[in-house]
Amino acid sequence: MNALLNTLRGNVRQYGMIIALAAIVILFQISTEGVLLKPLNVSNLVVQNAQILILAIGMVIVIVARHIDLSVGSVAAFVGAAAAIMMTQYDFPWWVAVFLGLLIGTAIGAWHGFWVAYVGIPAFIVTLASMLLFRGLTLVVLKGATVGGLPEQFKAIGNGFLPEIGPDTGLHNLTLLIAVAAVGVLIFLEVRRRNAQMAYNFDVLPFPLFVVKLALLTIVIMYFAYLLADARGLPIVGLILAGLIVVYTFIMNKTVFGRHVYAIGGNVDAATMSGVNTKRVDFLVMMNMGLLSGLAGLVTTARLTAANPKAGVNFELDAIAAAFIGGAAVTGGVGTVVGAIIGGLVMGVLNNGMSLLGVSIDWQQAIKGLVLLLAVAFDVWNKRRTAGSGGAGAEAAEPSAPPPDKLAEEIEAMEAELSVDSNDPPKT
Amino acid sequence: MTLRQAQDIASPILEMRGITKEFPGVKALSDVNLVVNRGDIHAICGENGAGKSTLMKVLSGVYPHGTYSGDIVFEGETAKFANIRQSEAAGIVIIHQELALIPELSIAENIFLGNETAKRGIIDWGRANREAIDLLARVGLRENPLTPVKNLGIGKQQLVEIAKALSKEVKLLILDEPTAALNDDDSQHLLALLEGLKEKGITSIMISHKLNEIEQIADEITIIRDGQSIETLSVAAGGVDEDRIIRGMVGRDLENRFPDHTPSIGDVLFEVRDWTVMHPQDSHREVIRQANLSVRAGEIVGIAGMMGAGRTELARSIFGRSYGSRTSGSLVLDGAELQLNTVTQAIDAGIAYVSEDRKGLGLNLIDDIKTSITAAALKKLRTGLVVDEHKEVVVAEGYRKNLNIKAPSITAGVGKLSGGNQQKVVLSKWMYTDPKLLILDEPTRGIDVGAKYEIYGIIQELARSGRGVLVISSELPELLGLCDRIYTLAEGVITHEFDRSEATQESLMRYMTADARK
Repeated sequence: MNALLNTLRGNVRQYGMIIALAAIVILFQISTEGVLLKPLNVSNLVVQNAQILILAIGMVIVIVARHIDLSVGSVAAFVGAAAAIMMTQYDFPWWVAVFLGLLIGTAIGAWHGFWVAYVGIPAFIVTLASMLLFRGLTLVVLKGATVGGLPEQFKAIGNGFLPEIGPDTGLHNLTLLIAVAAVGVLIFLEVRRRNAQMAYNFDVLPFPLFVVKLALLTIVIMYFAYLLADARGLPIVGLILAGLIVVYTFIMNKTVFGRHVYAIGGNVDAATMSGVNTKRVDFLVMMNMGLLSGLAGLVTTARLTAANPKAGVNFELDAIAAAFIGGAAVTGGVGTVVGAIIGGLVMGVLNNGMSLLGVSIDWQQAIKGLVLLLAVAFDVWNKRRTAGSGGAGAEAAEPSAPPPDKLAEEIEAMEAELSVDSNDPPKT
Repeated sequence: MTLRQAQDIASPILEMRGITKEFPGVKALSDVNLVVNRGDIHAICGENGAGKSTLMKVLSGVYPHGTYSGDIVFEGETAKFANIRQSEAAGIVIIHQELALIPELSIAENIFLGNETAKRGIIDWGRANREAIDLLARVGLRENPLTPVKNLGIGKQQLVEIAKALSKEVKLLILDEPTAALNDDDSQHLLALLEGLKEKGITSIMISHKLNEIEQIADEITIIRDGQSIETLSVAAGGVDEDRIIRGMVGRDLENRFPDHTPSIGDVLFEVRDWTVMHPQDSHREVIRQANLSVRAGEIVGIAGMMGAGRTELARSIFGRSYGSRTSGSLVLDGAELQLNTVTQAIDAGIAYVSEDRKGLGLNLIDDIKTSITAAALKKLRTGLVVDEHKEVVVAEGYRKNLNIKAPSITAGVGKLSGGNQQKVVLSKWMYTDPKLLILDEPTRGIDVGAKYEIYGIIQELARSGRGVLVISSELPELLGLCDRIYTLAEGVITHEFDRSEATQESLMRYMTADARK
């Protein structure tokens, strides 16, 4: 029992926001008398929040790299408007418009990256300028009017669902199949990771807890899939989002580029002195945010079935809030893609739940503001608390775990490459 | 002579008795005594890290009463300063080495910052400016008080600092390295000003590395070494010259603090030729002038210099021009001339630089040991775009075992390690880049004795493996114990080259404090 408590205590930071999200879901599930988790409502929840979640992925990377992007809402609106004009007035095929839209978004991001990384203007200023610039240009492109009449295939990006296959079971078969596959892959990856960590003698979750964790994950995913399958199936935008989460988590955790983003966010001077090309990393991070802003703009336009001059207003604030609620640090260097998604879901469920309860828009705003503040306050308090344990001299109290046997041989082999002669280690 | 004057002469203005100040794991000051006579200029001398600045911080309330033990008696009363404000109210003003002026504000605004001539929160600028003019006249600075401080040279800024001190009715003025950044003319002007203040009854304490200036101006000299007050010399009594001061500063036995090491030195590996570096903001100020030095394979070469002599600037300018502007001269490694414009190029060429600023430039403190060790050589771990995490663990475990990094696991955060273990992580990081030349800047700063011994062992092993090692250190015994050859650096000029056999602390100190620019 004590071990369980200790493990939980040590992982509050990691699981805190998941627990908070679960608490909010349960709260609204009760207070809306079960409406929140009705299949159709869950389906709507995904479709309505997709663009914010897409932006939150890019935003958390920008924030980890110690920048900010205030322009994402305006850029999304501009890209959506440009794509709509291409399709309606110039009769571009929908896929050409999508491609060019993403290209425009990337180019705008590269423009930000140029000023931030190579000229050295703070991202706050650069993107504040773009926030005004592209909101204005959106009005120019649309001539102040809403542009509709978009192709069906394009609208499906925002409103469509995966096609049904197989026999009529009353549920959406493909959605359930995808969920089963996802759970399988997830369990495989988790087990593989745990085994690798055990091989290195790292701290891992005790086995019973690990099983509980996997079981919970499976139940949540399958229940979620069941709800979607009971409604209209997996939205296309949900599939896009899932793909982005996987790809960007991989980039941030497994690639050299991801390492460099965390390195410059943690200590830009130390990163420079370690040979990291900090300017290029800054440039790419801002450029990527432009790409995702473009995608969010396309998704929004498709969902609303029209390009609207007021589209995307306050998107930047929701995306930034999602990143911070999800544990990103204002000072940079800390934050995860999954955290930002959870932060975005907290905001989304709050919106949805309060709407269901008939809370007016003005009160919704106010409550969301307080939630943001409380979430970050909790994070700050939690960090201060965990910083207290351990601290200087902690290494003296805890003995070093010896390198595990399996690794010993490889380490011996490695030592031949290391500069210090292993036969004559420094004496104490 | 009135009774009052007689008392003034008899009683010292300041007595610090048995001051002991401890930081976690380090005793910075141990039973320090300091007596400053009224109206004197009292110099404090000591090596870098001897405890001079800590002592002045205790005196001025930066370290409040209760965080140290011992007594401070100022003007006959026991002082218990809780903060700088209280010590200033008592008449003690400290002028730090890094000037605390705000560049965008005017002279007058700076002088009265925190001490505004205000009535109910509204500043009387007319009065402030009039008073500023008077104060500027007292320090001999003919400037409009409305001039922004950023438009003044460093020498004039120093005078503004003193004017600011005078505005606070100063009785005891403390100057930390006041002439370190000044040229000769400005230095002489400042010293003359101090003597002028002395005649007006203001007592000064001056910390300086420039022994010729101390000899010229000081009435008494207290020497601090290893956190202890060693002796107080009276200049008036005679017999005090630079040699005498140096002997006091370094006079300690070389303990057996170094592992046995038999150097095997090969051919010249690395050469710096006619290396001149300008200040990054002021491209006419020479920070390094015409430096020439060489490192042979397997050799440990030391650079000895006082703080501000340009040691770190020299190292960083070599390391991919990460410091300075208009750098000229050439670098030759393994017989080939190097063109290094970025840190990445320097690392690729086989140069590693371990910074003196471990927390600022060496480590990302929110990272773990594993990621920190591989941060400078991720290329070696890359397959395609992906970091090979298995190999990373093997590498990190290898270094942890080899360098005896004490931590629960390689996933422990480097921010929580002790200085010695942090330094081992930084050394691992640079060893993994497989450098030909390592530049180690203050490799044992803030590290306890046991870990120092281990670090020395690692440095010797690096040399034994045929690498060249350049060690910068403020601790002369460290250089003497570790190095095969030592260069002395003063005011950006290499003043001498010593073989290990001919170097002593006294001879090094002589060339470190030499007036190199004459």
